[in-house]
Amino acid sequence: MQYVSDHPILGKGEAKELTIFFDGKPVKGYEGQTVAAILMENGVRTFRYTAKRREPRGLYCGIGQCTDCIMIIDGVPNTKACMTFAKEGMRTETQHGNGKTVDAGRENADERV
Amino acid sequence: MREGRTPMKEYDAIVIGGGPAGLGAAIEVAKAGGHPVLIDENARPGGQLFKQIHKFFGSREHYAGTRGFAIGEKLLQEAEDEKVEVQLNTRVWGIFPDHIVTAVSGKEAVCFRGKTIILAAGASENSLSFPGCTLPGVMMAGAAQTMMNLYRTLPGKEILMIGSGNVGLIVAYQLMQAGAHVKMLIDAAAETNGYEVHAAKIKRAGVPIRLGHTIVRAEGNGRVESAVICKVDAAFHPVPGTEEKIDVDTVCVAVGLSPRVELSALAGCRFTWAGALGGQVPVHTSGMETTVPGIYVAGDGAGTEEASTALDQGRMAGVSAAHRCGLLSDLREAEEHRKIQERLDMLRSGQFGEKRKSAEQAVWKAAGE
Repeated sequence: MQYVSDHPILGKGEAKELTIFFDGKPVKGYEGQTVAAILMENGVRTFRYTAKRREPRGLYCGIGQCTDCIMIIDGVPNTKACMTFAKEGMRTETQHGNGKTVDAGRENADERV
Repeated sequence: MREGRTPMKEYDAIVIGGGPAGLGAAIEVAKAGGHPVLIDENARPGGQLFKQIHKFFGSREHYAGTRGFAIGEKLLQEAEDEKVEVQLNTRVWGIFPDHIVTAVSGKEAVCFRGKTIILAAGASENSLSFPGCTLPGVMMAGAAQTMMNLYRTLPGKEILMIGSGNVGLIVAYQLMQAGAHVKMLIDAAAETNGYEVHAAKIKRAGVPIRLGHTIVRAEGNGRVESAVICKVDAAFHPVPGTEEKIDVDTVCVAVGLSPRVELSALAGCRFTWAGALGGQVPVHTSGMETTVPGIYVAGDGAGTEEASTALDQGRMAGVSAAHRCGLLSDLREAEEHRKIQERLDMLRSGQFGEKRKSAEQAVWKAAGE
């Protein structure tokens, strides 16, 4: 939704900016944020689609317990977006079903859907 | 050790969970001269303390008037001063006889053996099932709190909060502090569940609290766009014809916490029902020992209460473990236990506290006290 740059208790946010990629598009975030936080800040609410009914899923528990927010992150499927701290240039992709391992430049390396 | 086997490190106490309970436990073991290891699945210890931006109640010993994250900083400093070994990004998956704990750290398998084990795994938030509850935009109140207070990410703009317990009330207020509009807070109960001081804050801010209401469904195309609520009767059944649609982009669910008991169940601990403590809890003594000798529980995993209670329960378990390791005399143990128990009794006073106190005493009774 948005980055809270000025907060009555937390004060001003002073973290350094960074860029990650969501389905190939660059999105802006800050150091110390998780992938889930950055994507939500940029208006992304669907992180994956379920295997059988293709239903959208997004952030649910936020602390690594429920696994509803799993995505393909830097080529690795089933990675929890809420537990993965963003790094400059990180590639995040919407996961469909059980996901697939994505090698650089070669998709469908491990199709399991 | 046979070649190819995972090397095993030995400790006086293996403390699982780095929230207030685990930190308190590890600090006490170290203070008694023992060598504990504190294991946590997160990148940083502190549990949920660092997202608590409100001031705590209680006495000076319980850091009254101090914000949760500042208490977290103090505990981390104390753990560092006591040279507590901390193993982060490590998820425990097994507990075997002879106090052997197996875990995964990154891509490595790791293994620990302890003279004692202290389980401080915390709680998980309860889910609520309703049509649309899986739509992106429906989330646990704790998820919203994590987003905004740890990462400065506003999780939504127009919010419906379900649940008038302390989590619902506090997170609703914190959502407003972060810039969201809390459209309404509902609860099926006839009275608010949390402390009046928290309820008063959000009432003053103009948030309508609708008691005797529940959510019927969340609606939207691929994400929450609205929610339908309705009245419930005294038996919590929906009252026909009272449906009301409200435009929100986020539904936060705050309907209680349950102890995380996977590991205590795995360890073979006996359980008992304690409704006021969140449900099934591992039977334990007042010194926090479970029915498995040398295995202790502390904090929300022993029964959901509050962070301050968790911290002191952790200290209690730490003292017990240190005594078992021969680091504290019978006399010292009794003396430390008495001091900690006095503080716990203080925390368990008042209208809400008394219920938890009698539930906790029933658990001790189940342990044979």
